[in-house]
Amino acid sequence: MIEITGLTKRYGSHTVLDNIDFTVEAGTIAAVVGASGAGKSTLFRCVNLLERPTSGTVRVDGQELAHLSARELRVARRAIGTVFQSANLLRRLTAAQNVALPLRFLGLPEEEIHRRVRDLLDRVGMLHRANHYPAQLSGGQRQRTGIARGLATRPSVLLADEATSGLDPETTGSILRLLTELRDDLGVTIVVITHEMDVVRSVADVVAHLDHGRIVEFGRVGEIVRRSDSTLSTALLPDQPLSLSSGGEFSGGESSASEVVWQLRYQDATVDPSWLSRISRELDTDIALLSGLVETVGGDRAGRLTVRLDARLAAENVVAVFAAYGIHARVASAADELAGVSS
Amino acid sequence: MSAHVVALGTPWSGVPGLVLPAFWQTAEMVGISMAIVVLIGGPLGFLIFNTSPRGLAPHPGTNAVVSWFANLGRSLPFLVLMASIIPFTELVVGTTIGIQAAIIPMSLAGIPFFARLVENAIREVPSEFLDVGRASGASRWQIIRSIQLTEGLPGIAAGLTLNIIAMIEYSAIAGAIGAGGLGYLAVNDGYEQFDANIMITCIALLIVVTQIIQFTGDRVVRSLLH
Repeated sequence: MIEITGLTKRYGSHTVLDNIDFTVEAGTIAAVVGASGAGKSTLFRCVNLLERPTSGTVRVDGQELAHLSARELRVARRAIGTVFQSANLLRRLTAAQNVALPLRFLGLPEEEIHRRVRDLLDRVGMLHRANHYPAQLSGGQRQRTGIARGLATRPSVLLADEATSGLDPETTGSILRLLTELRDDLGVTIVVITHEMDVVRSVADVVAHLDHGRIVEFGRVGEIVRRSDSTLSTALLPDQPLSLSSGGEFSGGESSASEVVWQLRYQDATVDPSWLSRISRELDTDIALLSGLVETVGGDRAGRLTVRLDARLAAENVVAVFAAYGIHARVASAADELAGVSS
Repeated sequence: MSAHVVALGTPWSGVPGLVLPAFWQTAEMVGISMAIVVLIGGPLGFLIFNTSPRGLAPHPGTNAVVSWFANLGRSLPFLVLMASIIPFTELVVGTTIGIQAAIIPMSLAGIPFFARLVENAIREVPSEFLDVGRASGASRWQIIRSIQLTEGLPGIAAGLTLNIIAMIEYSAIAGAIGAGGLGYLAVNDGYEQFDANIMITCIALLIVVTQIIQFTGDRVVRSLLH
């Protein structure tokens, strides 16, 4: 479990992190997202205490880390495993030697190191590559080795900075599965810092949106997605772009005098999958499905769809009928189309 | 008759008897000086880097002093350095001529040179690697040994090669204070007494030795890179 309270980091007069409060329960995966320059890297470096916070506290399993002496900090830091962007494997050490590094710093006996390194490499599926140098490994293999090294001191918290950036989608998937396994099997609390919404969608339990050094949104991924007024929600489940430019028969996005375009969103396991035909019958009208996305986010099914309805239907009635099925409906505006096209 | 003798100089059969001892004198001067240079210049290089803003223990004051010393040692041409420190040399080794007297200025010239080469080599180690050490709970000493030295080793080996070759050059200049060695032999016998055979042999030997050192150095660097 990791608790950050009032964390502030300033460089001179420039405030990079502004009063961050952020708690990650044990055995969950938290994602921190934000544009570059939002303070993600500084947050990462403040949590593993590569940087001292200007003020505020960082607690891991109840132990306060921000105000320890250099020597105490070195010991305490072993409770936090760190996985670096592009793994940062030492080039002149083999995969096994890289994983052994934190254990050597710890001064463990050689047989103990050997045994633990084998277990760790086995855990991340790298045993067959133990004696290869980083230059001989693929990006995904390097990242697996980096994760094994992060786990070497048996930390309760694993911090991963852009652990999947630069990897192809398949490799990203395998690394994310590994992180999920670590959470489920070892109960490790994991914080992933990322700019990839796919990562949040597939592994995160909770998500924090960092913007200009502040956490502007924080919550369970499932809840966030249900919010209709949230930028994070939109980023997680973008409305499908309407085919405005395709021309011809499908100029579907524009509301005409007789028809209105609606945006629908839902995020609930209880939404009846056959809602489309049921609502169509209930409203006694045809529903034209213009675009849509239904996927699993945070363990629940979530949907974002754009439909076209007869303009003669009473708007309040439409909203009420959709709401009865657990679906949030609103009339699409021109801004939606722009946002959709640009995303 | 005498002109004939001067032009030929030492007969080929007599050349090894003169050149071989000179070769070993050069090897001795360079070897002992390099040992001193590595022992003092190496740690100095780590000190310069680690007291710099990017280092493990930034300390502007120490950094300025050590840096200034390193620059000072390299700003004098070797011949000037050697002449200017004669009193110091005499104080340390009790003589101003011969191999022992040459080792002092050679070491003093080599130490700052090697310190800068080592500093450059560890500067090339990505700073993210230092973060790896810090985040894994390593002490500064552990980071220096396991990360800076390990990752900087190919660069340090390349610097060492460069430094040995520079030292051979210095050893020839040290011939001016009667240090002996190949350079001295080439200048004294080869040049001043027009001994062509000695000159040719010394030049050939210096070329071969330099090539062997560079070749070996490159091989070592390559074997250190993975």
